[in-house]
Amino acid sequence: MTINVSCTLNGEAVSAQVEPRTLLVEMIREHFGRTGTHVGCDTSQCGACVVHVDGRSVKSCTMLAAQAEGADIVTIEGVAQNGQLHPMQEAFREHHGLQCGFCTPGMIMSALDLVKQNPDPSDREIREWLEGNLCRCTGYQNIVRAVKAGAESMKQG
Amino acid sequence: MTENGIGAAVRRKEDQRFITGRGQYVDDINRPHQVYAHILRSSIPHGKIKKVDVEAARKMPGVVGVLTGAEMAADGINGLPCGWGVNNKDGSPMAEPAHPALAVDVVRYVGDQVAVVLAESRAQARDAAELVEIDYDTLPAVADLDAASADGAPLVWDDVKGNVCFDWEIGDEAATNEVFEKADTVVGIDLVNNRLIANAMEPRAAIGEYDSGKDEYTLYTTSQNPHVIRLLMGAFVMGIPEHKLRVISPDVGGGFGSKIFHYAEEVIVTWASTKVGRPVKWTADRSESFMSDAHGRDHKSHAELALSKDGDFLALRVYTLANLGAYLSTFGPAVPTYMHAVLLAGNYKTPIIYANVKGLFTHTVPVDAYRGAGRPEASYLLERLIDKAARKTGIDPIELRRRNFIKPEDFPYQTPVALEYDTGNYDASVDKALELSDYKNYEKRKAESAKRGKLRGIGIASYIEACGVAPSNVAGALGARAGLYEVGTVRVNPTGSVTVLTGSHAHGQGHETTMSQLVVEALGVDYDSVEVVHGDTGKVPFGMGTYGSRSAAVGGVALMNALEKIKTKSKKIAAHLLEASEEDIEFENGQLTVKGTDRSVAFAEVALAAYVPHNYPLDVLEPGLEETAFYDPKNFTFPAGCHICEVEVDPDTGVVEVVAFTAGDDFGRIINPMIVDGQVHGGVTQGIGQALYEQCVYDESGQLLTGSMMDYCLPKADNVPNFSVSTDVTPCTHNVLGVKGCGEAGAIGAPPAVINAVLNALSDYNVDNLQMPATPERVWQAMHGNG
Repeated sequence: MTINVSCTLNGEAVSAQVEPRTLLVEMIREHFGRTGTHVGCDTSQCGACVVHVDGRSVKSCTMLAAQAEGADIVTIEGVAQNGQLHPMQEAFREHHGLQCGFCTPGMIMSALDLVKQNPDPSDREIREWLEGNLCRCTGYQNIVRAVKAGAESMKQG
Repeated sequence: MTENGIGAAVRRKEDQRFITGRGQYVDDINRPHQVYAHILRSSIPHGKIKKVDVEAARKMPGVVGVLTGAEMAADGINGLPCGWGVNNKDGSPMAEPAHPALAVDVVRYVGDQVAVVLAESRAQARDAAELVEIDYDTLPAVADLDAASADGAPLVWDDVKGNVCFDWEIGDEAATNEVFEKADTVVGIDLVNNRLIANAMEPRAAIGEYDSGKDEYTLYTTSQNPHVIRLLMGAFVMGIPEHKLRVISPDVGGGFGSKIFHYAEEVIVTWASTKVGRPVKWTADRSESFMSDAHGRDHKSHAELALSKDGDFLALRVYTLANLGAYLSTFGPAVPTYMHAVLLAGNYKTPIIYANVKGLFTHTVPVDAYRGAGRPEASYLLERLIDKAARKTGIDPIELRRRNFIKPEDFPYQTPVALEYDTGNYDASVDKALELSDYKNYEKRKAESAKRGKLRGIGIASYIEACGVAPSNVAGALGARAGLYEVGTVRVNPTGSVTVLTGSHAHGQGHETTMSQLVVEALGVDYDSVEVVHGDTGKVPFGMGTYGSRSAAVGGVALMNALEKIKTKSKKIAAHLLEASEEDIEFENGQLTVKGTDRSVAFAEVALAAYVPHNYPLDVLEPGLEETAFYDPKNFTFPAGCHICEVEVDPDTGVVEVVAFTAGDDFGRIINPMIVDGQVHGGVTQGIGQALYEQCVYDESGQLLTGSMMDYCLPKADNVPNFSVSTDVTPCTHNVLGVKGCGEAGAIGAPPAVINAVLNALSDYNVDNLQMPATPERVWQAMHGNG
């Protein structure tokens, strides 16, 4: 048995026939072919799969595709606009906030939600917010710097 | 310094794709008509396979096939080879049991591969796997070193007595013991180096694809060294000649050693593809990673240091048990021996050293290299022992270290354990770390912590590592079954852009950037006109891959040598174009000029002349501009440094917080300081993880208890502070770049610095020893006399 899920993905109306047990991340990766959203664990610890659903950051491995019916979903592929990197993306590059890149999409999507809620986060607030996003490469220091710098340029932008 | 050349903090080329979600990892690749593999793994640590009933599974919707170890064996597929042989004390070779990719008769750890289900979708493969019935005769198992070495312990291999794979030694035990007998002071310590799981954020994945039309195989795999996988799987396991097997490792999401090795799944998907005539894709879920990625560390050691009354180190002896797991992983035997014991001289002039290492089989996942691989174990042991000696003798721990350091004038320095260090300045690293950590005001900070009810402690650790693996003849004499050179090709395209093909493999290290910087430095071309290609045996001539901090020190040098050949040929072409003598041509900033004149040609013009040779010395020079260099290093490189950690311990709960961490490192010449700092941050965080958080746990029966990220504690953003890092430079003396390597340093220096700091914080509590990870419970128990 399959069900139809229709939603908006990065501003585009999309739909897919999926099994009811399909996870949102599986629909995004396998049905919609947007592979920037990653799967790094199966227990909702790592945060590599964070996307925005109706403006809030969500671990897309913990949500069924069916729950996204009618939702507005933004993935890492939808962050840059008209070929222009978002200031948060720029900040990750400028401050070497990534190494292997696998956790990066989740980090950026999570950071964007943080800044939406708290436009001027302290180092401590950033570190606490990112508790649900694991990185094994960077030791987090440059991610924190990047998020802070990204928040700063978003204020100015 | 050129703007984008050596030494510049150039922003990374590879980031554009990663920050926009355009990276391409193995699981992002889908092949037409692929099927999905689900691997059935042993749920028990040890047992005889009585029956594998796959009939019900075969009838499930979407199932394309179910394959077992018996079928694989019948097809003549060999076991996974071990890449490093170690000899026993008596010169006899280690035990080397077969390592089938799918178990046939016996399973030997939880996670051992038993069968594979192939289906049209991942979910269908998983559903069908539920219906495969595997009957075992359960057998007793051993998981840890004590159980494996106990009298009458259950055996992992019937013909391996006492589970001892090898009983290896280095040094003269009798002569060492003689020094101990006469020493003024002897300090001993018993240490566990906790078992770790690498947990690269990208789980392993593989796609095997057999093309029967061309009789060609392609394997996409999450590997740090695709050519090594091609060699091992092609030549040893499946009998596929190199020209018929292409191995592609595209973007790889971290490795830390765990993606060096040739894994069973690579064989399973490739073989299965020949069985079903379709590409076969497998992606590990995280719990599968926990029970199938090679684990790291897992040593138990007793070590003793003999000192004179003035604090001179006189002798060191070390007895180590190392857990190898159930089967030998690719470099498993090398890690506790030639990567560990030969580093026991550390930064010190200890005149005589003896080490005995017994490698033991257990019913656990195979153990192999994890960031640092043997060197963190050596450094931890030594630096813990020295701190204990400082406490016993009353000598300041920094002074005790300085007193025994190998000094700059002593280089090259032959250690008593095989290595010859080429250069270094260990006092300089200590000075830098003391300055950066504001050591002189430490007591003020301690008093301030005390006001808040916290116990503050400070810990120091010096370290040295042997990187840039390795001189092939030396490695070969020590048991390596492969060469360890590296290969670089520079292809100058007709319009002057440059394609680099490197045998190194980046999985976070940023080689596309640093290797471009080398090209910019050598040829003066634009940074943006350089492309670095890696990770594809179909494109790159050859290579040994990335591990042991070897990419700059071996791969970078190979590239520099290829660039030198390009420069030499370019000068010949320019000499012809400028009607001058070759000796008079100078090559600077992308221009080739006749010395002392204004007559010059741009490098791009030389490139064009090489590919459109209308005006070209065809009688003496081939057209084209492409050069390859193989580089085999003369020696290892020896990065070293000093790490200082400050912790606060909450006396009520035993919680340890790292409040400051300083790294004073010497990596030789730095190509990109931004990338080097990032490597240190990451390495130190993994080192703090080992010291405070991470521990792989098996229960007594051999069940893996830490089987997910909910049970295995990885450092999170709020578990670590900002680090203060700096580098001193004593350039490596035996490679043209002067580079040493930086990838592992943090994971080596941090664990002893952290634990020494915790013990320092507990100095009023009479705590003599503490094992990693220093969890709140362990610390609290130690404070209350239960350590």
